[in-house]
Amino acid sequence: MVSIKRLQEAGADIIAVIGEIDASSSIELDLAIAKSVGEGFKKILVDCHALEYISSAGLGVFMSYIEELREKRIQMVLFGLKEKVANTFDILGLADLLHIRENKSEALKLANELSV
Amino acid sequence: MSYRYNIGCSLANLKGIRDFVRKTLIENNVPEIQVSSIVLALDEMCSNVMIHAHHCNPEDSIELNIDHPQAHMFIFEIIDDGSIFDINKFDEPSMDSLVHDKRKGGLGIRLVKSIMDKVEYVNEEGKNICRLTKKI
Repeated sequence: MVSIKRLQEAGADIIAVIGEIDASSSIELDLAIAKSVGEGFKKILVDCHALEYISSAGLGVFMSYIEELREKRIQMVLFGLKEKVANTFDILGLADLLHIRENKSEALKLANELSV
Repeated sequence: MSYRYNIGCSLANLKGIRDFVRKTLIENNVPEIQVSSIVLALDEMCSNVMIHAHHCNPEDSIELNIDHPQAHMFIFEIIDDGSIFDINKFDEPSMDSLVHDKRKGGLGIRLVKSIMDKVEYVNEEGKNICRLTKKI
């Protein structure tokens, strides 16, 4: 259902989410973010280019990390959301709570700016 | 037009539910952006019933009916015989409390109420029916 790949670039951990995140697969996203945080990354970029679907279970994972990331001064930026996925974030007004950018270079730029 | 889908209460089956809803709506010429949000709402409702009323027991099953009684209106019914999980009785948590309490639930209810025009529950012949109405 979902496949998650991590790679590191310019000091950031990039988590690529491929496929669909629902109540059965949201744990995979949770584990990937937990791992990235546990390994001490201060910049986490979530590549959503190949994310075809997300339900509240997946959105809840992002929400559940907001405070911890703030406390640990970790910057997380999502990028490359397809319109149908972005629409789900919009319904809940999550764009105000999460950092979302169009592409990887903009996401990295924002993560760098926020890290200063 | 009426469509029916029966499925065991395993979260692995949510994908099948989404495919069934999507196919049915596309057959009925519903615009893509609305298809996506309706698919999401049904996924949320079915996963709620599977988790809260059936504890994801794959031996239990739920039935999903889609009716298209008139142009611009769809009625979705989720029918089961577990305990009622009535989202109208749950307060939607504020976004602040969702962040602060690190709660992973509650967002789905908010999504369903935003997407659907009406959410109602009835009990007929010992079965729970959750009826969702959407005007297109």
